[in-house]
Amino acid sequence: MSEAYREMWEKLNLDIPAHDGLLAVLGKFYGDIYMSQQNRLKGMEYLDFVLSEVHGLRIKELQDAKAQGRKVVGTFCVFVPEELTLAVDAVQVGLCAGAEAGFDAAEKLVPRNTCALIKSFIGFKLARLCPFTESCDLIVGETTCDGKKKAYEAFAAHAPMYVMEVPQQKNPADRALFRAEVVRYMEKLEELTGRKITAGNLAAAIKTVNAKRRALQRLNRLRAAQPTPISGRDVLLINQVSFYDDPVRFTASIEKLCDELEARVAKAEGVAPEGTPRLMLAGCPMAVPNWKLPYVIESSGAVIVGEESCIGTRNIRDLVADDGTTLDAMIDALVDRYMKIDCATFTPNAERQANILDMAKELSADGVIQYTLMFCQPYANEAIRVGQALADSGLPALAIETDYSMEDVAQLKTRVEAFVEMLK
Amino acid sequence: MDARIAGLDVGSRSIELVVLDAGGEVVRRAKAATTFHPAEQVARLLDGAAPPRIMATGYGRELVAGMGLGAEVATVTEITAYARGAAALHPETRAILDIGGQDTKAILLAPGGKVLRFEMNDRCAAGTGKFLEHVAGVFQIPIEEFGPYAMQGRPGLGINTMCTVFAETEATSLMARGHRPEDIALGLHAAIVRRTATMLRRIGFTPPLLFAGGVARNPCMVRLLAEALDCEMLTPAEPDHVGALGAALSA
Repeated sequence: MSEAYREMWEKLNLDIPAHDGLLAVLGKFYGDIYMSQQNRLKGMEYLDFVLSEVHGLRIKELQDAKAQGRKVVGTFCVFVPEELTLAVDAVQVGLCAGAEAGFDAAEKLVPRNTCALIKSFIGFKLARLCPFTESCDLIVGETTCDGKKKAYEAFAAHAPMYVMEVPQQKNPADRALFRAEVVRYMEKLEELTGRKITAGNLAAAIKTVNAKRRALQRLNRLRAAQPTPISGRDVLLINQVSFYDDPVRFTASIEKLCDELEARVAKAEGVAPEGTPRLMLAGCPMAVPNWKLPYVIESSGAVIVGEESCIGTRNIRDLVADDGTTLDAMIDALVDRYMKIDCATFTPNAERQANILDMAKELSADGVIQYTLMFCQPYANEAIRVGQALADSGLPALAIETDYSMEDVAQLKTRVEAFVEMLK
Repeated sequence: MDARIAGLDVGSRSIELVVLDAGGEVVRRAKAATTFHPAEQVARLLDGAAPPRIMATGYGRELVAGMGLGAEVATVTEITAYARGAAALHPETRAILDIGGQDTKAILLAPGGKVLRFEMNDRCAAGTGKFLEHVAGVFQIPIEEFGPYAMQGRPGLGINTMCTVFAETEATSLMARGHRPEDIALGLHAAIVRRTATMLRRIGFTPPLLFAGGVARNPCMVRLLAEALDCEMLTPAEPDHVGALGAALSA
C-alpha cells in the first residue's frame, strides 16, 4: 500500500523509511500467521482487507472525516465509553500498542521494567510510526494501572492527552466518582467538537455500540460449538479490528461472517481435526500485531476457543441498557455497564475468577492458558489466584509470562506443546 | 541387534540416543556434544543406520524431524519424554527434577506417570549445567571433578547471585578476600540448590523425586538437594538418558 499513501503519511509526519520497514515486517508476519491457515471462512477476507489497509485506507477515512470537521479520539482501554465519542459524531480508534517499536526512545520516558504495551504506544509515538496517534485530536487515557497513569504524564508532553479517572473499587462512592468522570468526559467531548450530547444522539450511539457487542457475542456463541468452526487467531483478529474499524460497517461484516459460521456449525464442520484440545486464553490484552502466543498455541496442536481479555470478552460481555429515555437515565445505564468490567486493577475482583470459570464451562475448554505481560502487576497477581481457582475446579492450566520479543518463542513452544500433550 | 525405535534427546549441550528393540529393551545408548552442527552430530550418533521409527525430543526436536533420515520421525516435548522415562525406570516416581545444559524442569506426576504440572526456567540459563560448567572453568577444574571438589568445602559461604557472569565476579572477589576455593565452590552449588528447591515447591512436589539430567551426575548437587528437600531421591544410573529413553517409549 506504500506509494498510494505516501503523501498522507508525510503530512502526518511519519518516519517514512521506518514505517515502510514496519509495514513490510507486519505483512510478512501476517502472511505467516494468518494466510497460512487452512479451511478459513470467506468472511475473513474482509478482515484481511481491513488489516492490509489498517495504516492506509482506514487512515484516509480518518483524514476525510477530519476534513468534514469530525474529530478523532484515540484510546487505550475499554473503560473509555465509545458511546459518548460517537454521540458527538467523533471517530474513536484504539491506538497502536502491540509491537516492539521505538522501545529505545520509550525508555527515555518510562522505566525499562515497564510492560511492553505501554512501551509500545510511547515508542510508536516517539518513533513516528503510528498514523492513528498522529491523526488524533484527543487521546484519552485512564487511571487503571500505575504504569499507565505515570506513562500518560510523560506522554502528555508529546500528544493531546486527557485522563479519565477509573476507580479501583466498586462501592457506591466509586460509582459516583466514575459517573462524575463520565460527565466530565462528555463536557470535554462537547468542548472538542462544539456538539451537545443529547438523549437523541446518545440513544443512537448506545444502539450502535450495543449492536457491535451483540455481533461479537454472537460470534463467541457460535465458536463455542463442537467442533469449533473458527480459529482463535481469527477471532482475536476480529476483536482487534473492532477497535479500529467503522462500527456500523464492522458490525455488518461480522454478522455476515456469523451467518457463514452458522452454516458451518449446522454441518458440524470444524476448523481443527476432531479431538484437538480446546484452550481458553485469560489475562492481558493482545493488541495488533501481538499474535505471538496464539500462533504458538495453534501451531502446537490446540485450538483457542476464547479470549478472556480486554481485546475479547471483557469488552463485549455486557451491553448498555437501552430503555432509558432521558439523558440522565442513559448516563446511569452507561455507568452501570462500565462498572461491571472485571479489570485486574480493581480490588477485590472476585467476579473475574467466577467469569473465567463460567466461560471455560460455556466453551467446553479443556484447559486455560493464562497470559500475563511481563511487569503487569495487576494481572500477574491475579494469575496466582486464578491459577489456584482453576486447579480447585479441576481445569488444567498453564501460566505464561512474556512480552513482545521473539527470543522466547522456542521456550514458549516447548511449554505449550507439553501442556497440550498433558491434555491428550 | 533388532533396532526398532530410537529416542533422540537433542539438548542445548548434548545429544543422547537410546535405541529399543521390538521388545522394548534398550539395545544401544550413545551420547555426543551438540556443538554448532547438531544435525551432523545426530547423523554421527545414528551411524548411518536409523531405525525405522525415531522419536525426537529436546529443543532440537524439530531439527531431527526435518533431516530426511529415511525413518518415520515424530516429536514429543522434554516434559512428556522425561515423565515417560522416569515412570519406566522408577514407577514410584511422583516428581522429576531435570537439570540439563541450559534449562531446569520440575515436573509433578500423578500415580501412573501422567504429567500434572510442570515449571521450566525461562530465558536465562542461570543455575543450569551451563552455569556449573562455566564456574568450574573459572576454578580450572574439569566439570566431572567439580562436584567432588565442592564436597570438600565447608558450608556457610553464601553466594547471592545466580547470574553466570556475576557469579564469576562474586566468586573471584571472595577468593580475593581469602576464602578457600572449595568453600566457594560449595557455596555456588548451594545457590543452585536453593533456586531449584524453590521451583520444586512451586509445583507442590511430592516424593519420591527422580533427579535426571547431566547435573544429576554431580554428587554434591545430589547430596545438597537431598538435604534441602529432606526426601527420598531416585538417581538413575544414566540420568542424562532419561529423556531419550522416554522419547523412545513415547513412540
